[in-house]
Amino acid sequence: MNDLNDDFFRHISSEFNEELEALRRSLLEMGGLVEEQLRAALQFYSTQDSSLLSKTDEIEKKINAAEIDLDEQVEALIVRRQPIASDLRLVLAVSKIVRDLERMGDELDKVGSLSLECFTSGSDVGVTEIQRIAEQVAKMLNESLNAFARLDLDLAREIFRREREVDKVYQSALRALATFMIEDPRNIGRVLNIVWIARSLERVGDHATNIAEYVIYLVQGVDVRHPGVNQNSFE
Amino acid sequence: METIVSDSMVQNTNQLEGRAVPEKTLGDIQVDNPRMTARNVNVFYGEKKAIDNISLDIGVSQVISFIGPSGCGKSTFLRCLNRMNDTIDICKVDGEIKIDHQNIYDSAIDVVSLRARVGMVFQKPNPFPKSIFDNIAYGPRIHGLAASKVELDQIVESSLQRAGLWEEVKDRLDQPGTGLSGGQQQRLCIARAIAVSPEVILMDEPCSALDPIATAKVEELIHELREQYTIVIVTHSMQQAARVSDRTAYFHLGKLVEVGDTKQVFTNPKHELTQDYITGRFG
Repeated sequence: MNDLNDDFFRHISSEFNEELEALRRSLLEMGGLVEEQLRAALQFYSTQDSSLLSKTDEIEKKINAAEIDLDEQVEALIVRRQPIASDLRLVLAVSKIVRDLERMGDELDKVGSLSLECFTSGSDVGVTEIQRIAEQVAKMLNESLNAFARLDLDLAREIFRREREVDKVYQSALRALATFMIEDPRNIGRVLNIVWIARSLERVGDHATNIAEYVIYLVQGVDVRHPGVNQNSFE
Repeated sequence: METIVSDSMVQNTNQLEGRAVPEKTLGDIQVDNPRMTARNVNVFYGEKKAIDNISLDIGVSQVISFIGPSGCGKSTFLRCLNRMNDTIDICKVDGEIKIDHQNIYDSAIDVVSLRARVGMVFQKPNPFPKSIFDNIAYGPRIHGLAASKVELDQIVESSLQRAGLWEEVKDRLDQPGTGLSGGQQQRLCIARAIAVSPEVILMDEPCSALDPIATAKVEELIHELREQYTIVIVTHSMQQAARVSDRTAYFHLGKLVEVGDTKQVFTNPKHELTQDYITGRFG
């Protein structure tokens, strides 16, 4: 097979090429917004600079608008072009990835509002734990978008490895945070918020893993989701 | 009878030359329950090789579509299956094609009865310039399939019914077949093919002259007929191939590049030529 990346733009119809290129570009732009929102949410968590909170709200709105725009592009491509083979896989993958990106946006929005509730006390409980998870999740998100942009299977597989890493960090963060709650029950309310933040970040990582799965589907035409019920799965 | 050899079939399409065509067909050429089997089939028009070493099984009660660019050999190969190519002087076929384990190119085979077993429907509806009734009754009469007028009436009625045309024409069976609409004429031709109880029906772009409604009716008919007949359809419409067929075979420059389950071919084709053709990437 040809390199898929060049391949998308070799149709006889140049208009079709442009529509597919626009679809890919729009998805990557939406991914860029989610990355920006992740940065803003974490910055807000660590600096407590309230101007950042309105920024995450603003980005959230842009992400939602991008979801609607991409859904319309997908719908138009199906109606006008009846894509098949790799074109079909691209359109389907984009349609699925859009959903994951939008959910990431929701999770990060939660991180913002939960962070606000954490600020009532000045303690730095949980900061290190959240940072460790956030670093890994930011890499996963970035790599999943790069894997999509470059149709890079190795990078997509790397994300599965990183997901297991995040799971470990998340579990150990939960244990550490539980200790704080046990030490002083007055911490419980606040620490629980941090637990929810960790949980939301971990979910963002899961969505990045989904994107990696769609990249594999896009490139190879195999569905690797759901080990156990799916014979194609790696696990 | 319409022209059998078009220029595009004899000439090579230059723009496609230079692309690597695999020596061996990708995908499974065999099926568990074959109605017809073709092995190492070559077809020459004079010096020109139009079909290059094609082997393929065609399964019982299965719809298989042949797709590929103009001049790729799909219609030529289709016409080998009921020896329509015999009518062209310069055409020579070698290799082996069997129906129910019987070689159709065997000298003992009666070509007329072979063409009753392997019927054909053409691109342009071509009803005989006779009444609707006689269009259907013609085959059963020459093959001696009806012992009485009553039996002939039954064959005509059941053929028209199976072709989904009975309700539309039952009150005007004595009127000329050529007076029907294009879509009705095509279904009349399918009814005519069915009337001689074929095992296989070959369809060469049966809907390319029809509007979407008439096309949908013919496709619905193909869907209903698949239970009883093996259907081979040549089509230029990718969507039609995807809609109607169980298996899809992609031809290119006289070779069979790839054959597989229709879903696989249209979601994840194995060969880049297949991929490029079905997605509209031949420049």
